[in-house]
Amino acid sequence: MERSSFASRSVQFAFLAIVAGAWYLATETGSVSRLFLPPPREVYAALTRLVQTNSFWAAVLVTLTTIAKAYAIALVTGVLAGYLVTRSKLAVRVIEPVVSGLFTIPITLFFPMFILFFGIGTGSKVAYGATYAFFPIALNTIAAFANMEERYLRAARSMGGNSWQIFRYVLMPGALPVLITGMRIGFFICFASVLGGETISSVAGVGRNIALMAELMEPARMYSWILFVIVTSVSLNMIVYNIENRIRDR
Amino acid sequence: MTETAISIRNVTQRFGDANQANAVLALDDVSLDIKKGEFVCLLGPSGCGKSTLLNIVGGLFKPTQGTCTVDGRLVDGEPHPDKIAFVFQESTLFPWYTVIENFHIALKFQGIAKSEWDDRAMAALRAVGMASFARHYPEQLSVGMRQRVNMARGICVGTDILLMDEPFAALDEQTRMVLGEDLSQLLAATGKTIVFVTHSLAEAVFLSDRIAVMTARPGKIKTIIDVNEPHPRSPDFMLEPRFSELRNECYALLRDEIRATVAAQRDPQPAGA
Repeated sequence: MERSSFASRSVQFAFLAIVAGAWYLATETGSVSRLFLPPPREVYAALTRLVQTNSFWAAVLVTLTTIAKAYAIALVTGVLAGYLVTRSKLAVRVIEPVVSGLFTIPITLFFPMFILFFGIGTGSKVAYGATYAFFPIALNTIAAFANMEERYLRAARSMGGNSWQIFRYVLMPGALPVLITGMRIGFFICFASVLGGETISSVAGVGRNIALMAELMEPARMYSWILFVIVTSVSLNMIVYNIENRIRDR
Repeated sequence: MTETAISIRNVTQRFGDANQANAVLALDDVSLDIKKGEFVCLLGPSGCGKSTLLNIVGGLFKPTQGTCTVDGRLVDGEPHPDKIAFVFQESTLFPWYTVIENFHIALKFQGIAKSEWDDRAMAALRAVGMASFARHYPEQLSVGMRQRVNMARGICVGTDILLMDEPFAALDEQTRMVLGEDLSQLLAATGKTIVFVTHSLAEAVFLSDRIAVMTARPGKIKTIIDVNEPHPRSPDFMLEPRFSELRNECYALLRDEIRATVAAQRDPQPAGA
């Protein structure tokens, strides 16, 4: 176990090293225009300057707040709607295909409508991120509760469990693994939609700054923002992954 | 005169509307009295309504017609966990809980004080020789071990009546025999009233005081066979001629019913075929 995890870690780090090495070689030898991809040292220098500015942290705060709001809405509505659907077998049969069908539509197409309805401020990004994240959360909630084996419920009922006890001690723990997967997928979809939305049209936030740097032909600064987003999302993924495993192992 | 533990009176169970084409008459006017401390098997072809009857006794659903009383109390589609415990197949152990947590949940649902949980659970686990596996998850145990645990879970709640719904159906024949012997010994010690659903002839003869042989759907009780053999029973009982005679008697009674069940599940046969 220890050895295999060491081996897979090595492969993962080697991959990172190769990407960084390729970036270094391609830019330092001049085979890629600095306008498209500046060398690592320039991006790094831009990043260290960036994190010392107040405007950077203000933008990060805007984006994180937007993500938090969008995710909170998606989580509550997605879990609630998903759970309510599973109260009836007929509803699952009728509604589940509709929800999963809707999820295949690129909601990005409706992004201009979000701007129209909610304005260019953070409201439109909250609504857009919440809408996108709603689907995986609702779908996994439906799957989590609807696939509960009848035999567990029958056994629980025969033991005299009341509805609340059966929900709390049988339905919930049985549904939890799939439910959490939905929450994780929903979170990263929310994260990506908010940043994407900010890049397309907004007045503040990380995505807005990335788009702005591109317009200003400031590739080093643009990549420093992107690098920050990559580091954040990889760290968040690791944290969420750990939380998920911890809950599953209980 | 022994007291009656379970009294089933004219129970009829219909699934779906009576005037609908796909309505199924599962049980047709079944009556049966089960005495305190008695082990009764419901034996019948698959789909004859024996599990349905057990679920009605256990209050998991309400019969279309008729009544069932347990210790003089009417079971009206409501479980009575203080009187009745169920043992289903081993796959009803909750996989997200350890063995001991599975017992805790059963005791909690039944309303037993938390201070008693560990003692009761460990006593039941010791009775089936599984005490050292209390902290394991069900998936870490073999099927036979799981069923031992599952039986103990039904016993630990301490009800007078145990309803067992084909508990050994998923086990191989050898494990089944060993568990059958264990069950016979365990129950002789506790004096519980048991209703046991099975379609295994040998299991029915080996375990029961009385065997209620049921007909093909709609389920009725065809005959009741007495097995006069004290509990606990040793495997030697299976070698006695009387065991084979009883088993053959059951088979003779069941044969037509099994044929009727199979005939209903296949293409119509030409007359005289």
